[in-house]
Amino acid sequence: MSGVPVDPVYGDGPMPGQYPYTRGIYPEMYRSRLWTMRMFAGFGTAVDTNGRFKDILHHGGTGLSTAFDMPTLMGRDSDDEVWSAGEVGRAGVAVDTLADMEDLFADIDLGAVSTSMTINGPAIVALAQYIAVGDKTGVDRTHLSGTIQNDILKEYQAQKEYIFPPRPSMRIVTDMMRFTAAEMPRWHPVSISGYHIREAGSTAAQELGFTLANGFAYVEAARAAGLGIDDFASRLSFFFNSHSDFFEEIGKFRAARRIWATWMKERYGATSERSLMCRFHTQTAGVSLTAQQPEINIARVAIQALAGVLGGTQSLHTDAFDEALALPTEKAARIALRSQQIVAHETGVASVADPLGGSAYVEWMTDEMERRAVEILDHLLELGEGSILEGVYEGIDNGWFVGGIADSAYRFEREVNEGTRIIVGVNAFTQGNDGDDGEGNGTNLLRIEQDTEDLQLKRLAAVKQARDDEAVRRALEAVGQAADDPNTNLMPPVIDAVNAYATEGEICDTLAGVFGRYVEQAIV
Amino acid sequence: MMVESQGQRGAGREAPIRVVLAKLGLDGHDRGLKVVARMLRDAGMEVIYLGLRQTTESVIAAVEQEDADVIGLSMHNAGHLALAPRILQALADSGLDVPVVIGGIVPDADVATLKELGISAVLHPGASAVEVAGAIRRSVA
Repeated sequence: MSGVPVDPVYGDGPMPGQYPYTRGIYPEMYRSRLWTMRMFAGFGTAVDTNGRFKDILHHGGTGLSTAFDMPTLMGRDSDDEVWSAGEVGRAGVAVDTLADMEDLFADIDLGAVSTSMTINGPAIVALAQYIAVGDKTGVDRTHLSGTIQNDILKEYQAQKEYIFPPRPSMRIVTDMMRFTAAEMPRWHPVSISGYHIREAGSTAAQELGFTLANGFAYVEAARAAGLGIDDFASRLSFFFNSHSDFFEEIGKFRAARRIWATWMKERYGATSERSLMCRFHTQTAGVSLTAQQPEINIARVAIQALAGVLGGTQSLHTDAFDEALALPTEKAARIALRSQQIVAHETGVASVADPLGGSAYVEWMTDEMERRAVEILDHLLELGEGSILEGVYEGIDNGWFVGGIADSAYRFEREVNEGTRIIVGVNAFTQGNDGDDGEGNGTNLLRIEQDTEDLQLKRLAAVKQARDDEAVRRALEAVGQAADDPNTNLMPPVIDAVNAYATEGEICDTLAGVFGRYVEQAIV
Repeated sequence: MMVESQGQRGAGREAPIRVVLAKLGLDGHDRGLKVVARMLRDAGMEVIYLGLRQTTESVIAAVEQEDADVIGLSMHNAGHLALAPRILQALADSGLDVPVVIGGIVPDADVATLKELGISAVLHPGASAVEVAGAIRRSVA
């Protein structure tokens, strides 16, 4: 504010941009380039979300981030009467066939935007549809830029949006890694996500340890599939949660970079600098938002966003204050974006790289987060007899991950109940909770009405009516044959199937016919 | 944790309350349901935890097999207005008089609608262990 000139970085020892990147992956961090403000959107039909996307681009955004509805995330078509009724287009956009993906990106140049698609179990279908839209609109595959979450391991541990069992799912992921490494150099085929592990109730250290373990598991799986580490490692990215315990979060982000760099170099033999850099997206903690006095969530989100920035994130989504009640309204989403803009442009924290580096407390917290995460990694190595990948499979099979997360979630809840942990508006400072101010009582919430579902059912029926059923049958048969043969890459036949307008549900059912479906043990 | 002793359990019941806990449909947010399961166990109830991806049929089957007193359903993905009538209808069709309690993300404006449909109670995020156990006890009283 007062115009005091500041250097890009302060301190000594390994600096930002230098191995092991504890202080950040770039020498000048946000002074050279601000983080990407990537806001997640999706609701209703593809046409509805296309409108929101164009709005985002019109306001200067260059990154799109797609939220799919539950049936799409679970590989079920909108007309699946058992599973989809009541959920179509509600928590995200419904995408059944290539026709929906075409409408979702209508009049948007896929060569000029980067697109993030948050989908895991049926990720191979969504990526195939996106490639097909690019092919149809004349965008070369080498120009498609973006990220597909495709982190199936954390689904068994936390988010539970799996379809097939772990091992065949990992085969799909490695097929996608191989395909994108060969044909789509600007695509990130996996975003290794701690976010959902944390939302499910883990501690910060568990989030860090489990997520890095999953990252190393993908590395081991890709190497086992014959990929060279430096051919794919630079395309791996991460996605972390930023919760309310400010310095713990900052320590977690710094420790993530240090552990990834040292293990990738020393344990996995990566040599390219980019293979060693832990790049990550951050989202503020949805689970920390309270339905009580929802406006105070604006303060929580701002503080969590600041922790993400001080932790050196590459991109950031800030949650809307009304998300404990429903999908965000446009106004609430705008306030969330404005909060990061305040951090970026008013606070001055972007002027100096890793401004907290060298603080005795922050360095201690970074070391402590590292120590706790490495304990988890060592446990999994032991469980897998020297292989993190096998340790992760074993931890999924024996309930170690879900049990650890549930224990932490319950401990947190007990502390809130006992009053040893204060949550403003929940167990303290509750005056104002019953305020009749028009917010939080449901009057100003975004609602997706039943006619969205009816409309999507009509759209799907029209596509099924118009397509060549024999071509669909042949394409699905080819998908099944490829699934049966571990040496055939699944991507090309799945692209053919989506081009024949096979539905997502049909493709997933075909794969499930070979791979089976995963059912988790119901343990508390 | 503020846990009421078993002796305080209401309605003069002898046996512990038996609660079926489940999530209907595709939503995978099971943190809340798992926490509630442990809260109710700590409060002396017997929990039949069905977990994720249940159908109205599987919930009804569990209620019959386990002779449950009450059903607890967790909802997070805005499906409550579609799913609540289905489970209530299925209960009626099976001739079962078992109360249903819903917990999760439910806008205040929908609570009255759900209660008119016949849902016994709606619990919001942040409900304490005492509130959760109390709602279950009142529903079976």
